[in-house]
Amino acid sequence: MSSTEIYSDRVVRQFAIMTVVWGVVGMLVGVIIAAQLLWPALNFDIPWLSYGRLRPLHTNAVIFAFGGSGLFATSYYIVQRTCHARLYMPKLAAFTFWGWQLVIVAAAITLPLGITQGKEYAELEWPIAIVIAVVWVAYAVVFFGTIAKRRVKHIYVANWFFAAYIITIAVLHIVNNLAIPVGLWKSYPIYSGVVDAMVQWWYGHNAVGFFLTAGFLGMMYYFVPKQAQRPIYSYRLSVIHFWALISIYMWAGPHHLHYTTLPDWAQSLGMVFSLMLLAPSWGGMINGIMTLSGAWHKLRTDPILKFLIVSLSFYGMSTFEGPMMSIKTVNALSHYTDWTVGHVHAGALGWVGFITMGSLYALIPRVYGLKQMYSIRLMDWHFWIATIGVVLYIAAMWMAGVMQGLMWRAVNPDGTLTYTFIESIAATYPYYAVRLLGGVLYLAGMLIMVYNVWKTIAQRAEVVDEPVVTTVAA
Amino acid sequence: MSTFWSWYIIVLTVASIVGIWWLIRWTSKPIPKDEGATTHHVWDGDLEEYNNPLPRWWLNMFYISIIFSIGYLLLYPGLGNFRGLLGWSQVGQYEREVARAEAVYAEIFDRFAAVPVPELARDEAAMRAGHNLFMNNCATCHGSDARGALSFPNLTDGDWLWGGTPEAITQSIARGRVGVMPGWGAALGEDGVAEVTEYTLRLAGRDHDAALAEAGKPHYDMYCVACHGSDGRGNTALGAPNLTNDIWLHGGSRTRIARIIRDGVANEMPAQLHLLGEQRVHVLAAYVYRLNLEE
Repeated sequence: MSSTEIYSDRVVRQFAIMTVVWGVVGMLVGVIIAAQLLWPALNFDIPWLSYGRLRPLHTNAVIFAFGGSGLFATSYYIVQRTCHARLYMPKLAAFTFWGWQLVIVAAAITLPLGITQGKEYAELEWPIAIVIAVVWVAYAVVFFGTIAKRRVKHIYVANWFFAAYIITIAVLHIVNNLAIPVGLWKSYPIYSGVVDAMVQWWYGHNAVGFFLTAGFLGMMYYFVPKQAQRPIYSYRLSVIHFWALISIYMWAGPHHLHYTTLPDWAQSLGMVFSLMLLAPSWGGMINGIMTLSGAWHKLRTDPILKFLIVSLSFYGMSTFEGPMMSIKTVNALSHYTDWTVGHVHAGALGWVGFITMGSLYALIPRVYGLKQMYSIRLMDWHFWIATIGVVLYIAAMWMAGVMQGLMWRAVNPDGTLTYTFIESIAATYPYYAVRLLGGVLYLAGMLIMVYNVWKTIAQRAEVVDEPVVTTVAA
Repeated sequence: MSTFWSWYIIVLTVASIVGIWWLIRWTSKPIPKDEGATTHHVWDGDLEEYNNPLPRWWLNMFYISIIFSIGYLLLYPGLGNFRGLLGWSQVGQYEREVARAEAVYAEIFDRFAAVPVPELARDEAAMRAGHNLFMNNCATCHGSDARGALSFPNLTDGDWLWGGTPEAITQSIARGRVGVMPGWGAALGEDGVAEVTEYTLRLAGRDHDAALAEAGKPHYDMYCVACHGSDGRGNTALGAPNLTNDIWLHGGSRTRIARIIRDGVANEMPAQLHLLGEQRVHVLAAYVYRLNLEE
């Protein structure tokens, strides 16, 4: 079964470790800004610690540093194992690691300094944006090069999703960052007005669709069947939900701009395509959860499966919530409230966070030549603490959001507004407190993971990369 | 938009929806021989796939979402320049809702409009409306207690820059006010500024340097008197503040007074008429008038 070729796993180990590190950093910044909403004095009147600068640091750290490193680690791991081939150009893969870390450090410096394009999830100024583009092209070369030298005829479904995510993010990033520099740290987008807003949300929603959804579905399609030791539920469901998901997601951006100066026709298209997105999204959830049918008993003993299955449940929940919120009538209530914040965290904490943690708990011991993590019990603790954290967080934000929406539109018998804006903020304080508690629990779970990973790696003897699996004649 | 772009959008949209429909039909075709078996593809030693049929409820959900979308695009704008069978637009919706609200609330505000400000200020229903209007439109600058802030006038102290009559208050709210004090640093020189500052403090009855203040009087009588008056009591026709009552819109420290004499200051109350309409301005005027009755 063994060949002379070995997997190139050094870069996988590096990215896996940094996923855990950046996870702690990103979540810590999240906890700090959640506390600032409750106690504004916590910015200590220091500009670098003000909410407006730390918030983009939080989103960039969790999405691109934690999520991105997790995607690099798992995609490099999975593409080798499902292509039965060593990574194409391992040195270029090493370049993507150091390049990506450089981008993250640059973000961590420039964002608190207030250097920003002011575009959500695309704040980084043009020199950093160029580095991202270069690293991403290198990533594509490594990934598709490995696909090209595969020793199996069929490309595994996880790789479809990774491929779509890599190609689309390149297009989105480059188009949305087209800008004219007027200095080293200042540029202006080539778009203006509502066109700029539309390009930004075309990017923004597809960052959700391709980075935070397609990429992590790639993770899901490898680690769920591996961990459950069961075949994927349905190949044709993979086919239809993949093609439908990637073709429909592209249209959904305008739902971020309902009831704005965006033309009516664009708003309508954004809404109906968001509604048609429900079924393709659920296709992934069904394929993941049904893969476990016949092996449900494993959930009792395997915390990794708990992470993976609960993440799919949150995925199903937030991909139901998203289309509902895209309906104009619902959006008129939910837009600009904390409901949106609850929605993205159901996706970010519940889906993205849990699928990454479950996958890393499976991946880390294997790339260090071990059978399993140092402590199964600590994984269980992590799972339960984090689950309670997510539930507290999103329940608090749902209630706060609906309450804010209702307060803002409440009208007295004489037609005057019942509440002032500041009254709605005062009423939100208890929910901010619960949200902070949820965030602290989630961060606490992550710290347990750090300890567990630390002890696991400490157990290793000499790390020897595994030999490449040879193709089984079928 | 031009006909070309309209058709571009229509063709792309319709082609996408038809493409998705075809994809569903194609993948949902039953393949009886494959039921329960894997696809015979194996990766990484043990990764396999079944090829189970698509869940019926899921397919139906997909179909329903597509049919709903087609229906929506027929009824509402979406397909390029086609406005939809309902003729709906967000501007139209806004105008309808505003017209409906006006119809409902007109009766109430018509009644308020017929009552003069001093009388309306004692009408509890009108003052409840006035309070809500004030909180959502005025409190941002003047404070929720209407006591103002630095550079934003206190509306409860009986001191009026532009006059406290019902007519003057209504005018201030409806049309706004722009107050300008020119800077006199160039004319007075630094010594002159210090002298006028002391004279200003003397007018307000505060501690001052008597000699400097006396030296400042001729300057005052030459440059300041035109607006602030020989007695320093100001002029509401110009929005020139009374300097004798120790109320300082832009701060009352010696340094701040000197800076304003030297550099001047401009301040603006934005006009509210186009936002609120005549009737609501009338109610707000009564509300502000009443703030001073209670004092």
